[in-house]
Amino acid sequence: MGIFPFLVVAWIVVVGLYGIVTSRDLIHQIVCLIVVQSSTYVLLLGVGYVTGGAAPYFWDIPQHTRAVDPVVQALALTDVVVEAAVTALLLSFAVQAQKKFGTLDPSQLVEFKG
Amino acid sequence: MDQLYALSVTVPLVAAAALLATRPLLAGHRRVLDVVAVLVSAAVAVMLGFLVFRTSGADSTYWFAGFRPAHGVVIGIDFEAGPLSAGLACLGAVLMTASMVFSWRYFTHVATYFHVLMLTFLAGMTGFCLTGDVFDLFVWFELMGVSAYALTAYRPEERGPIQGALNFAITNSVGAYLSLTGIGLIYGRTGALNMAQIAAYVNHHPPSGLVVIAFLLIITGLLVKGAIVPFHFWLADAHAVAPTPVCVLFSGVMVELGLYGIARMYWSVFGVALGHQAAISHLFLALGSLTAVVGALFCFRERHLKRLLAFSTISHAGMFLAGFALLTPLGLAGAALYVTGHAFVKAALFLGTGIVLHRLRSVNETWLHGRGRRLPVTGVIVTAAAFGLADLPPFGTFLGKGWIEDSAAAPWLTAIFIACGVLVGGAVLRVAGGVFYGLGDPPGEDPQMAAEANEEKGETEEGRQRTPLSMLIPAAALAALGLAAGIAAMVPKVAAGVETAAARFQDQPGYIATVLAGAHVTRAAPPYPVAPADVTVASVVTALCSVLGAAALALAALYWRRLPLLRRGYEPGAGLTVPIRRFQSGIINDYITWLVAGVATLGGVLALVIR
Repeated sequence: MGIFPFLVVAWIVVVGLYGIVTSRDLIHQIVCLIVVQSSTYVLLLGVGYVTGGAAPYFWDIPQHTRAVDPVVQALALTDVVVEAAVTALLLSFAVQAQKKFGTLDPSQLVEFKG
Repeated sequence: MDQLYALSVTVPLVAAAALLATRPLLAGHRRVLDVVAVLVSAAVAVMLGFLVFRTSGADSTYWFAGFRPAHGVVIGIDFEAGPLSAGLACLGAVLMTASMVFSWRYFTHVATYFHVLMLTFLAGMTGFCLTGDVFDLFVWFELMGVSAYALTAYRPEERGPIQGALNFAITNSVGAYLSLTGIGLIYGRTGALNMAQIAAYVNHHPPSGLVVIAFLLIITGLLVKGAIVPFHFWLADAHAVAPTPVCVLFSGVMVELGLYGIARMYWSVFGVALGHQAAISHLFLALGSLTAVVGALFCFRERHLKRLLAFSTISHAGMFLAGFALLTPLGLAGAALYVTGHAFVKAALFLGTGIVLHRLRSVNETWLHGRGRRLPVTGVIVTAAAFGLADLPPFGTFLGKGWIEDSAAAPWLTAIFIACGVLVGGAVLRVAGGVFYGLGDPPGEDPQMAAEANEEKGETEEGRQRTPLSMLIPAAALAALGLAAGIAAMVPKVAAGVETAAARFQDQPGYIATVLAGAHVTRAAPPYPVAPADVTVASVVTALCSVLGAAALALAALYWRRLPLLRRGYEPGAGLTVPIRRFQSGIINDYITWLVAGVATLGGVLALVIR
């Protein structure tokens, strides 16, 4: 696959960051944060990909079969767990923000500045 | 004995899980929660303190489940402890113990999840300090982060905590994901996640742009956590609104952990492969100095006590980074001592602010002017800690800063350190003199700032008539520890020990041998010149200049309006309000823009420097 997955990673990061910077809605902003994080899944899986490799379960395939890297899959799984925790927490903050500020526009959610 | 490594993170995690599981049974038995939290934090502090002593001769490694590396290939996960890493974790546990004791009477009603989150936060900090694996570094970073975001929004019924927690969480998460991207890249290149194995690989292969990019991305998340300009904006928003016992940990250790992570990444993993030491040193010195100055200026103009202390933390983070950036054992030893001394006095100041909030129901300096006379004991503690923050000898802050200045031997750096010390020390001394002794006139007030400071209410119960001892004792003990750290470091044997530990921290071949081959490295072969760690005349003179300057500035700020030379009603710096508000705007979009710009600039500079 060569460089292709890494170009996709760079694209996803840039799109996600652009979304966060220009967002006018907190929920949209949180989703953009998830987009930035999804780039890491693509990166990790791209790093561990082996052309023609089998799934790394050496149960019914011979021991020396070419297989994709199982480590990055474990990392991606951990990453998903982290994402779930962060997103759940942020969305609960968003609920409170709507209640307290009456808006979800990030530029209005300001109590302290300067 | 080796089990101590694992126990120092599993004990708080298991305790947190147990508290959460037995929540229905614990309803109405709040003291059980408090006792468990205090005992667990104290136990972790003792375990880590023991590890510091045990590793004072040579670093040691613990392999989970006994999966030791074979022929330089790591299959397991390790904890690696040296005096500096275990010492920083121990500092975190000590501050946690103090703030849990403080919370005993501070909150009238407290939810179970406060204790649970504090314990997971403690586990996150400990694991972050000890881990020897870059992916685990990210996981501990996130555990620490998620606990901290939730603790910031502990009072979700108010507006400030929501803003602070959102800014904190989103900025730090973006940083963390960029770090993870760097970790993925370096894994793709080296096939390793263990720091020592990555270092061994990159040292023996020709330098490549990918390694530089991975280094840049990994440290981005840590720079955000370490509140280095322009990644620092979240800090003031989060520190101003988090409950006071939590602020103690945020300012005392969490920010410093970010900087520790950078130091770990540089010396244990990338330093040798990156080369170009002089250029990298200058780059980080510039970043540190900029941060120190920006933080100090914002600190001095602030009237909201918690935000004032938060900006002072930014300024100090810059000075710590400058200490690391010298790349000398003395500079690193100075930074380590400075972090320790600062953590104790800053924690005492935050607890003092907590007592003021508890008794007087405000953190607005202008309103509080003279009203603190009702709190004489707190006044003494806060004043002592304020002098400590202003680097009065023999507080730990003085000698730490002195070592950094001695090591740099650069007049411009000393000048910046004095200027920042005067501004930050002047700000806290102004608060101590004005609030607790009613000196001078109340400082001028910016109406918006007053409105912000008055928001701070629901955190603690209605003002009481007496300050509970469970709140005074931790504050006094922490201020005393700040003093003790400085006095201990004046003992030549202790000073030499700290410097040896710093040299070992910087010794990458020694680190690799310890982790991959189980070697017992007692003396580092320092790649950098070792200068003796003494109390020099220059450092005493500098510190005294800084303290006197700070005291003079504080008095000038308090008696400003009585000076005959000035026209009436003149407020210094009033014209700066609008640009400053635009800079520190409180809007996440702006913070992320600064973050992206910062990464791009750093990347550009690194690309120019390392070709």
